[in-house]
Amino acid sequence: MKKLVSLLMALLMVLSCVFLPGCGEEQGEVVNVYNWGEYIDESIFDDFEAETGIRVNYATFSSNEMLYSSIKSGGSSYDVIIPSDYMIARMIAEDLLLELDYSQIPLMSNMDPQYLHRDYDPQQLYSVPYMWGTTGIIYNTKMVDKAPTSWMDLFTTDLRSQVLIFDNPRDCIGLALKALGYSFNTTDKDEIAEAAELLMKQKEKGIVQAYVMDQIFDKMINNEAAIGTYYAGDYVIMAEENPDLAFCMPEEGANLFMDAMCVPVCCENYNNAMAFINFMCRDDIVLRNCDEVGYSTPSATALAEMDPEMAEDPVIYPSEDVLAKCETFGGLPSDVLSFYDHEWIRVCLAKVKYRG
Amino acid sequence: MMQKNNAFARIFNVLVYLFLYLPIVVLIIFSFNDSKSRTVWAGFSLHWYQELFRDEEILSAFSTTITVSVLAAVIATVLGTAAAIGFHNMKRRPRNLFLTINNIPMTNADIITGVSLMLLFVFAGNLLGFSLGFGTLLVAHITFNVPYVVLAVMPKLRQLNPNLGEAAMDLGATPWQAFWKVLMPELRPGILNGMLIAFTMSIDDFVISYFTAGSEVSTLAMQIYAMTRKRISPEVNALSTILFAVVLTLLVIVNVRQVRQEQLNEKRARALRKGGN
Amino acid sequence: MRTKSAAVPYVFWMAVFVVIPLVLIVVYAFTNFDGEFTLSNFDNIDVFLQVFGNSVVLALIATAICLLIAYPFSYFLAQEGTLVRKIAMLLIMLPMWMNFLLRTYAWMSILENNGFLNQLLGLIGLGPVHIINTDIAVVLGMVYNFLPFMILPIFSVIDKLDKRYIEAAQDLGANKRETFRRVIFPLSLPGVLSGVTMVFIPSISTFAISKLLGGGMSFLLGDLIEMQFLGSAYNPHLGSAIALMMLVLVVVATLITNRFGDGEEGAVLM
Repeated sequence: MKKLVSLLMALLMVLSCVFLPGCGEEQGEVVNVYNWGEYIDESIFDDFEAETGIRVNYATFSSNEMLYSSIKSGGSSYDVIIPSDYMIARMIAEDLLLELDYSQIPLMSNMDPQYLHRDYDPQQLYSVPYMWGTTGIIYNTKMVDKAPTSWMDLFTTDLRSQVLIFDNPRDCIGLALKALGYSFNTTDKDEIAEAAELLMKQKEKGIVQAYVMDQIFDKMINNEAAIGTYYAGDYVIMAEENPDLAFCMPEEGANLFMDAMCVPVCCENYNNAMAFINFMCRDDIVLRNCDEVGYSTPSATALAEMDPEMAEDPVIYPSEDVLAKCETFGGLPSDVLSFYDHEWIRVCLAKVKYRG
Repeated sequence: MMQKNNAFARIFNVLVYLFLYLPIVVLIIFSFNDSKSRTVWAGFSLHWYQELFRDEEILSAFSTTITVSVLAAVIATVLGTAAAIGFHNMKRRPRNLFLTINNIPMTNADIITGVSLMLLFVFAGNLLGFSLGFGTLLVAHITFNVPYVVLAVMPKLRQLNPNLGEAAMDLGATPWQAFWKVLMPELRPGILNGMLIAFTMSIDDFVISYFTAGSEVSTLAMQIYAMTRKRISPEVNALSTILFAVVLTLLVIVNVRQVRQEQLNEKRARALRKGGN
Repeated sequence: MRTKSAAVPYVFWMAVFVVIPLVLIVVYAFTNFDGEFTLSNFDNIDVFLQVFGNSVVLALIATAICLLIAYPFSYFLAQEGTLVRKIAMLLIMLPMWMNFLLRTYAWMSILENNGFLNQLLGLIGLGPVHIINTDIAVVLGMVYNFLPFMILPIFSVIDKLDKRYIEAAQDLGANKRETFRRVIFPLSLPGVLSGVTMVFIPSISTFAISKLLGGGMSFLLGDLIEMQFLGSAYNPHLGSAIALMMLVLVVVATLITNRFGDGEEGAVLM
């Protein structure tokens, strides 16, 4: 037994030196990147490390709200984060972002000017556009009798336990707002409450199978559900694996989002963050990344070099008149945000009342 | 003796085991699947095992888990054994108070322990300028481990002859010697048992780690949770198969040794009895 | 060693890492983001009572099912020989060494619409049944994950029962049923109670199981708390208020169990 204890101690010493951060491992340069799941070609990290010697520590979140929670709670240290438009606006307003040093991001000039100085960052001080896209309805042509054409179809369908809905308050309540003909950015609490009621009825009727984020990949690819709401870029990836899937841009219009690279106040490796952001703007990297994740690039130079089959895909790069119907999430006042949280909990709480 | 089991009892118990092992069998079979599907068999392959060993995130999460579990178990054992000895020598009232507090992390829901520690770490971190990471993870693990050590050591202390230590010292031993040469051997089974439970609890924990590890470190359980929230890769199956095999092997080794030890003891006892006759 | 001072480091540790965090929960529960005292975190108590009710019902069902499985199992097992008992207990513990998320995730593959269960039912011309993302799946996940916590204390109590009581009862003319009802069952009650808390508390506070198997269709206390700290509605003050209410529930459950002896210790030391 004594042997066992001493053996354990020895093991411990070896382990702690081999594995403890900062002990055995070389104290190299790192950059902590926090991104959406399924939203980058991870092999790019190897290239980045090979060229700059900076190792990428990578973690993922599944919604803007989750990202917000982990930055706001203050316990973590990320160097580069990739929030969406409305969350950038909120984080700027709450002083959670650092200004960027654009002199260290020369490739910013690749960006198409129409994607700069947007409402969420009007002076373009805090962000570098990463990708953009729209939301929409993904459906399995073999599992639906009639293809959905609008958000409202998700509430009136005869299908039971076949619909997957966004698992975050803004997207989920947003699509119900659109179905009712309201704006994504309404501050009218009655309208928001009405949207929540609609979602609760949908759940009670047994239409919804689950509220999911990235789990939708598995479920749609394996024919687990007939209809799902998600991002157009992700549909492209799913359709590669399940040819029965189709995409519909709802007639009410969808969310046009812009995700951008930002640096939160908890950043500890600012210069590495700048280097990483600049690297992500390089044309060859953008092209590889787009190919992997399926979203649309804001880089004018990369788009010019893109394989036309992809650059002309109407799902990824919709026409002007489709985009005209879309709306971008804007920042909301804090009382509306907490009302969103309140209504979201009500939706989560609703119970299936009957099926069939 | 109670009555012998009938067929119904046997079948019932076998069904319970089927229930417990069904998902594990599924996991293991599909770790050898050639395709990515979790439900359709496409042929035998070791593909996912190769992928697993190339996955740096999983490997580093695994080493974090082992490091934190070993460190937490050892520190908790030292802290808990000392505490048990101290508690044992206290008057009834303070002892009961401390034992009640000691029980809190054990009976409390994990999520409350996790969330409350997170509040503390974030609060103190803002004051003192540190962030969640390996250190906070380790402290959290020690915190929920010590109670098990205390609980494992206390009964051994109660069984101890209180005069033993004094006798040793009367015979000229220093207090340290009395502790190491006399008390320790008596307490050792309890201490080792406590350490083992602590280690198991650490390995198994997800919820408390989830709230206290922050962004820079990730345990295996956290990594698995993150994976199940995305597209699930059969790498997870491969990993769980390996873990299962390791645990099974360890259990078999430990138990075979134990059985041998028991046989040996029996032999000795028999020999002694013979000698006595 | 007649020294109390050995406990000093751990007493200090408990004060900092057990007591202060719980105090922080209380402080957070009664303050707002600006640090001012408020009761507003308890404003929507009706909503939370709904989650409470929902979670308690599911956790109670899971606990009851665990008990209905674990008791006969332990009773039958206690009558086997030493070697069988030993191996059987190891086999109960073995799955606990595998991460519970992995095992829960395996249930996803079994229960899905195109999962093994439905494939099997399809073969014999039945089904399909929709179980995944329902309360049934969540309860099943709880039963599966926490069943060993019910079996271990019950078995350890039944196994250690003094056989002479049973013999005495039989000698005094009690039949099998009476022996069980009036001797064995009352004596095994401490194990049952500690099993009940050991299943009920993790069931009521889980969020991983409801996320994996419930798909957001059943919303439990654990989900609600997780949502306020690391999820989609950041509000640690509200989260603390809910955690505080849950803490009360835990204390009540523990007090009830403690009234009936210390089965838990035995279970832990198994």
